[in-house]
Amino acid sequence: MTLQQFMNEAISPWMREEGPDSDIVLSTRIRLARNFAQYSFPIIASENNLQHISTFIQQEYEDQTFQDYRDFLFVPIEDLTPVERRVLVEKHLISPHLAEKNHVSAVLISKNEQVSIMVNEEDHLRLQLYFPGFQLNHALTKVFELDDWLEEKIDYAFDEKRGYLTGCPTNVGTGMRASVMMHLPALSWTKQIKRMIPAINQLGLVVRGIYGEGSEATGNIFQISNQITLGKSEVDIVNDLESVVRELIEHERNARNYMMEQSSTHLEDRIYRSYGVMAYSRIIESKEAAKCLSDVRLGIDLGIIENVSRNILNELMVLTQPGFLQQYAKKTLTPNERDVLRASLIRERVQLET
Amino acid sequence: MECQECHKRPAALHFTQVINGEKTEVYVCEVCANEKGYMSYPEEGYSLHHLLSGLFNSTFESIQSQSGSQDKQEELSCPQCDMTLSEFKRIGKFGCPTCYETFSDSLDAIFRRVHSGNLTHHGKIPARIGGSMRVQKQVDEYKDELQHLINNEAFEEAAKVRDKIKELEEQRRGDDR
Ligand SMILES: [Zn+2]
Ligand SMILES: [Zn+2]
Repeated sequence: MTLQQFMNEAISPWMREEGPDSDIVLSTRIRLARNFAQYSFPIIASENNLQHISTFIQQEYEDQTFQDYRDFLFVPIEDLTPVERRVLVEKHLISPHLAEKNHVSAVLISKNEQVSIMVNEEDHLRLQLYFPGFQLNHALTKVFELDDWLEEKIDYAFDEKRGYLTGCPTNVGTGMRASVMMHLPALSWTKQIKRMIPAINQLGLVVRGIYGEGSEATGNIFQISNQITLGKSEVDIVNDLESVVRELIEHERNARNYMMEQSSTHLEDRIYRSYGVMAYSRIIESKEAAKCLSDVRLGIDLGIIENVSRNILNELMVLTQPGFLQQYAKKTLTPNERDVLRASLIRERVQLET
Repeated sequence: MECQECHKRPAALHFTQVINGEKTEVYVCEVCANEKGYMSYPEEGYSLHHLLSGLFNSTFESIQSQSGSQDKQEELSCPQCDMTLSEFKRIGKFGCPTCYETFSDSLDAIFRRVHSGNLTHHGKIPARIGGSMRVQKQVDEYKDELQHLINNEAFEEAAKVRDKIKELEEQRRGDDR
């Protein structure tokens, strides 16, 4: 397997499968922060120690297979061009922080891109596991199995009182960040989401816009995740998150139905206009593209637009990001050139369906 | 390559800065990148980190004003990684697993605020290195169950659970030998 596969496909293989509640929940992710007991954390560790860790991971896990997660590819970050790093960030396979590192950092990625293990990020290891749709409990079971498999060969930094020890005090204990990516257009338009966020925060959960700034989400895509990692078990954390997400799903469905009943012509008009922009525009900025994608995806979910696959949102949200556009063009592009290429890729993708 | 700021640690990060149209390459360690504000990415928990550093300072200030011995507090440094308390305070990150013991006197106040009052771990225990801890956790869970069954007068079930506890405890004594 080569790195090229990861670079050329905007949509990860696991995203092609449809998960539970996938009309609203795009994906589920669980991340565990783990450290080697005998070394300092990456922020302060000697180059030598970090090299030891990176070499160890490469020797033990490169080309390995764990359950359905096959043929781990080991990628040293320093071998990547700036554009390639950006593509991996846009596909959520590495963090922006890892992309800025210039040595002894790496990532281990399974062939279907469901597993990515960042090496020498803020912690020695950051295991991430993705699932399509809403499947928190299943994801937790699987990430625990992956964790146990890694632990067969690694002495983790663990303390009976504080749990898994991490570089940042905000991750200590379980080291776990569970998150669910949701498409909430109806709750955004009706401004209900703004009112719900403070209540969700009070439960120790965070709501974040994925592609935009703060809670101002472009494409109406929100990530809900746990903030607290100490004192609650992973199962309790996941259950709390699960019940809030269930609640959001229900509210979103109700808001969609309400809009359909109250103003279906307005709604259809908005959706078809966005469809028109996607099918015919020649220049499109990322913000407008995100808005149109969200509208069209809602149109698909409501049965207003037929014969277009649901994946169009997931796929084009990644494909139209600056890094991916430049990877596709095989050269650096000015913002204006990007807007032109973005429009042409979207047109092509829409035509492909019809 | 060494860090351009402190000339002490290796440069782990690379930034390209554009000032007045001039590109400059900067190579710094993570500690300096954090301190000098090179980190510009919208990190997960980014705002949380900022909140945290403010919180650290106020927490430490109150500890210091109570004890009235600022110098002594500042001298504390970790035997494994050499991180000092003042460094930890500035960047809000630990240097190594041993830091948790080194700075343990100051941690409860911080964890309480960051983790809604929680101080101790109640989750997963490593399978291999945490073997005996795992058994203990299982025994504790069975004991809770046993109490529950006795309260409900489900004595037949209770006897089964009692046997399980016995088995685990014997197994553990065997491991110790
Ligand atoms: Zn430095
Ligand atoms: Zn230390």
